[in-house]
Amino acid sequence: MESSEEDRGEPLSRMAEWRDVTPLPQDDGPNPVVPIAYKEEFRETMDYFRAIYKADERSPRALRLTQRAIHLNHGNYTVWHFRRLVLEALNTDLDEELDFIQRIASSNSKNYQLWHHRRWVIERLGSNARAKELHLIKNILSLDAKNYHAWSHRQWVLQALGGWEDELDYCQQLLEQDIFNNSAWNQKYFVVTRSPFLGGLTAMRASEVRYSVEAVVANPNNECPWRYLRGLYKDDIESLVNNREISSVCSKVINTKNNYIFALKMLLDLLCYGFQPCQEFRDAVVALWTSDTHPLDPDLATAICDILEHVDSLRASYWIWRKNKLPVAA
Amino acid sequence: MESFTSPTVTQRDQILVEQQVFSIFKTFYDMPPSSQSFMLELQRENHVEYLTNGLKQLGPSFCVLDANRPWICYWILHSIALTDEFVDPELEDNTIDFLSRCQDPNGGYGGGPGQLPHLATTYAAVNSLVTLGGDKALSSINREKLYSFMRQMKDASGGFRMHDGGEIDVRACYTAISVASLLNILDDELVQNVGNYILSCQTYEGGISGEPGSEAHGGYTFCGLATMILINEVNRLDLSSLIDWVVFRQGVEGGFQGRTNKLVDGCYSFWQGGIFALIKRLNSTKGERSIPLGDGEDSTASSDATEESSNKDLSQGGSHSEKGDHHDTSSRVNVDDISHNSSKGHAKVDPLFNSLALQQYILLCSQDLNGGLRDKPGKSRDHYHTCYCLSGLSVCQRSWSEDEDAPPLPRAVLGPYSNLLEPIHPLYNVVLDRYQEAHEFFTGS
Repeated sequence: MESSEEDRGEPLSRMAEWRDVTPLPQDDGPNPVVPIAYKEEFRETMDYFRAIYKADERSPRALRLTQRAIHLNHGNYTVWHFRRLVLEALNTDLDEELDFIQRIASSNSKNYQLWHHRRWVIERLGSNARAKELHLIKNILSLDAKNYHAWSHRQWVLQALGGWEDELDYCQQLLEQDIFNNSAWNQKYFVVTRSPFLGGLTAMRASEVRYSVEAVVANPNNECPWRYLRGLYKDDIESLVNNREISSVCSKVINTKNNYIFALKMLLDLLCYGFQPCQEFRDAVVALWTSDTHPLDPDLATAICDILEHVDSLRASYWIWRKNKLPVAA
Repeated sequence: MESFTSPTVTQRDQILVEQQVFSIFKTFYDMPPSSQSFMLELQRENHVEYLTNGLKQLGPSFCVLDANRPWICYWILHSIALTDEFVDPELEDNTIDFLSRCQDPNGGYGGGPGQLPHLATTYAAVNSLVTLGGDKALSSINREKLYSFMRQMKDASGGFRMHDGGEIDVRACYTAISVASLLNILDDELVQNVGNYILSCQTYEGGISGEPGSEAHGGYTFCGLATMILINEVNRLDLSSLIDWVVFRQGVEGGFQGRTNKLVDGCYSFWQGGIFALIKRLNSTKGERSIPLGDGEDSTASSDATEESSNKDLSQGGSHSEKGDHHDTSSRVNVDDISHNSSKGHAKVDPLFNSLALQQYILLCSQDLNGGLRDKPGKSRDHYHTCYCLSGLSVCQRSWSEDEDAPPLPRAVLGPYSNLLEPIHPLYNVVLDRYQEAHEFFTGS
């Protein structure tokens, strides 16, 4: 879309094209609260927008006017909404619309309206737009790998238009760059559970467990793989409890006596789910307790809660609560 | 076992924030007690001045919030109400008038006069009017039209669209249901399928996302949980995994992060902290502390078993290792003579989150000494953060109270007791006695 006269920021009142329009001032009343000291260009643009909006004029000049108004305030959802009505009425080329949105996104990628508008456009363009769209989102994520809107939009594109084939690889790439990126872990879960090409969670579980366990070993203080592991067994606790890889990485980490809070927590959760610990687990936990005055509780789960209460003392209250929820020993 | 690699973006960003926060804490701990007392004071007058000024006039840079003016009203009015201060009657009248110009003849409120009605700005406008209170404010809301606006926004998925042709997410559900509940216009048509939609947004982590499949997030978790409580379907959620997720959102700084491995932000003092207020409230009808688990099982905390360890815990208030060691990370707070006192109206157990650590973050790191509160050190104050930091602070101060009428014990309030804010209703985030007035007005009870 070439730059229009309206884009150059000159007063609309001086443009021949707008001579027939009477600008409509905002009905703020005589004593508005939270009044904004609008700059002249802003006030004038919105006065003209109000007039066009009230008249419901869906014309090329209305389209240009919405562009000008959006540039001045990306968050005006009424303008975005009206723009959509005008685009439909004019049957405009929506590929150019994508370029327009992209220019706005480059200065503000965390705006709800922009992303919603993008979805609306893509819906109309269909699967031809898919590759370009996934590519664009990648670019935005390369600047901020956790942009919530970008990720939600990406998920929507995958579900609406497909493109799942490379997504698991993409997640893995992001995790190689930053293993702590929870958005990438979340996306991994999304792909593993929903991709039509991967066979579903149960089929993928073994390889995902392996991946997560490696991540845990590399950074035991990284919460992401621990929660991910738990998530892999969402509806199948029995298999979680029986998975030796998981229980053994817990004892492995605990034995290092370093960064073991999540490992202890996982072991606690496993015990609550019915895990029957063998001696190696008891030994690992006992080795953490250094107090001479208070012996460690004979019940392993209780002992873990006591340890966590001390080493994760920010959450002492939570660990006490967990301890009180433990099933009473027979 | 751990190989050294250069820090990732997450680690680097986190270290930078920790350095800033710990340096503030260190400065604080090295101060003489009299200076410490000052640092822990809530700067009421300055905050109220900042807020009142905003109500009267905003600069040109606020044009980016030109479609959010009812929000600005709510953030300001609610914050002022929390400090138990008053707004000039003339300003109150002007607010009622202004908001009525934001009200669409066909129902709902837009972001400004003449703008399309929007569920979020409707929530903000209604909460503002409830906060103002009084017949004039409350009767200015056109409930019938608002109801029909909400019916139009209702989607087959169970969710709601924010506005005509707008986005659907958990926020939209909350804003709609919260307002409908407050105004006593909630019915089966509005409630239908909302529970299913929100349930589909609880993630593998335990928190709730904005849309099905997205990442668990504090704002959406608050919205989702509050909505499920309002529609009486909260036990359909996996509450124990929700609680497990949210307790780990509190970081070494004492404040809360919005998502796993992201940075602390003062506004989550309410979005995340408020979740604990909601959960506590779920059990307030019962004498003991019981929290329903996702599988329908109840458990009760025995006060005897916890008394001893709670005593010790409270007398430390948690401890902050000077090295910022990651094993044992909570803040040491010098609260005098904390005795575990289960007097009338006070819970027999501690809140599930670390209330004093969060208060410390809010008071020492979020306050702008010139008035207003902020995300974190280095960020600028704004009305949004002022609102949610203060709302979070109120939740913290009341987190041991079972009975809202009983004033909290001094040990619950970090800093001088004059820091005490008004209690809120955690489902709507309006000051409790304003809620009560509105409730009476709209239910005729």
